[in-house]
Amino acid sequence: MTTNVLADTGVLTGRSLRHILRSPDTIITTAVTPIALMLLFVYVFGGAIDTGSKESYVDYMLPGILLITIASGVAYTAYRLFLDMQGGIFERFQSMPISRPSVLWAHVLTSLAANLASIAIIIGVALIMGFRTGASVAAWLAVTGILVLFTLALTWIAVIAGLSAKTVDGASAFSYPLIFLPFISSAFVPTDSMPGPVAWFAENQPVTSIVNTIRALFAQEPVGNEIWVALGWLIGILVVAYAFAVARYRKKVS
Amino acid sequence: MTTTQTLAPAIRVQGIEKSFKDLQVLRGVDFDVQAGSIFALLGSNGAGKTTMVRILSTLLKSDAGTAAVHGFDVSAKPGDVRESISLTGQFAAVDDVLTGRENLVLVAKLRHLKNPREIADDLLKRFSLTEAGGRRVATYSGGMRRRLDIAMSLIGNPPVIFLDEPTTGLDPQARTEVWQTIKQLAGQGTTVLLTTQYLDEAEYLADRIAILHKGTIIQNGTLSELKQLLPTAKVEYVEKQPSLEDVFLALVGETGETDTSPDGPSDSAVPARKEF
Ligand SMILES: Nc1ncnc2c1ncn2[C@@H]1O[C@H](COP(=O)(O)OP(=O)(O)O)[C@@H](O)[C@H]1O
Ligand SMILES: [Mg+2]
Repeated sequence: MTTNVLADTGVLTGRSLRHILRSPDTIITTAVTPIALMLLFVYVFGGAIDTGSKESYVDYMLPGILLITIASGVAYTAYRLFLDMQGGIFERFQSMPISRPSVLWAHVLTSLAANLASIAIIIGVALIMGFRTGASVAAWLAVTGILVLFTLALTWIAVIAGLSAKTVDGASAFSYPLIFLPFISSAFVPTDSMPGPVAWFAENQPVTSIVNTIRALFAQEPVGNEIWVALGWLIGILVVAYAFAVARYRKKVS
Repeated sequence: MTTTQTLAPAIRVQGIEKSFKDLQVLRGVDFDVQAGSIFALLGSNGAGKTTMVRILSTLLKSDAGTAAVHGFDVSAKPGDVRESISLTGQFAAVDDVLTGRENLVLVAKLRHLKNPREIADDLLKRFSLTEAGGRRVATYSGGMRRRLDIAMSLIGNPPVIFLDEPTTGLDPQARTEVWQTIKQLAGQGTTVLLTTQYLDEAEYLADRIAILHKGTIIQNGTLSELKQLLPTAKVEYVEKQPSLEDVFLALVGETGETDTSPDGPSDSAVPARKEF
């Protein structure tokens, strides 16, 4: 049966990608809020924010915006998984001789594709708004790698939510705190401008190290220790979320 | 068909029990289904028909008892069982976003068959869906969805088919179409286990009928065997054959009582049909 995992995952991923292509609004909706935030921060608040660096404010805030995009994008992953289970097609798959992990992996790969598409749109808009980077191919690859890890980590959290939810709204509610986290990080203002306890939280939560790493990569500055902290968080969250999601799935389908 | 009588049963259920927390749904269910026959599991809403089908199709584990499908034990060899069956659940398991044709191709690919497109076209024709095949399933009527649902279940010609309330919620015309399909299937040697709460459906389709009531099979026999269970007092109605409904009511006692959750989504849809 294991020989079929790849083939089945491919077929099922094709199916859910088709869902996205037929309702591209999910990708556009995912992109609209981050774009609005970008406009708001760059053209309204940005002038009053002193980041203490020479780079333009678009360059400064783009990493945080990218993370917000992914955090809101994975809500659709939970939503799609939830709808599948509601609609009975999930049970059809479970009663067929197809490899069971494929059903989840298809949603995960689709989530990755959809989020990368949203990210591309956001970076396009940022370029129009004046975002510039001299990042090398290697730096771009590193940024992509970090964003892929971030998407996968959040996607597995979305899988837990989608599998556990009782209602459609419940399936996507988990993403609200995730969307909010970048605001209490170094994404929009330097953490040393925050009051003590908040600054402490901001400095020690995962988003700050990820944002700082991406920002340094775009600005061609040394990433220092920060990249290891970021990778530690990302892989840690990914492994824990994956383990919980798989356990939840096993319980559900056994 | 004479040879099938001597073969092992296509489905063998022995002492199956299942509870959800405090609710004992199945309290020791036994029945056999002969290969190539149509077997109806008749029971009121909430009797545990879907629960039984979910156990047989490896979606749910029983608390006690054994069940084998096509010779494979459902808990020991779920993979082999899945190779041998197809399930048409109580609610159509189709993908609304895809077209009818894409739904069929999807299942054919997941069954690792060689010519998914030809298989899809062939089934669309068989189920009079050729014209609708290129349309999204979201635009289909209830009857078309059910036909597509059943068509998806036939892909790969599984020897055993489970149909959970296949005509619930359908209009009379769609119901007749589904009935014909089921008859055809059994004619080709497929074993069909269907559940229903409609007496006329069991009466019309099934070779054998088992009545699931209060967690056990209270009767199991052919239609004529069941009819013989009626008290002889009915003999005075010489011209009128007793209907299965009479038999059922005599067996479970007076009016159609239901001791579990009332109305499923279907009840109001086809009010004229007899159920219990
Ligand atoms: N997953 C479940 N959790 C709790 N109760 C359930 C579950 N599935 C079914 N039941 C209960 O078990 C009983 C039998 O349900 P079901 O098998 O769906 O009946 P039927 O298909 O004959 O209408 C009902 O009372 C139903 O509420
Ligand atoms: Mg049912």
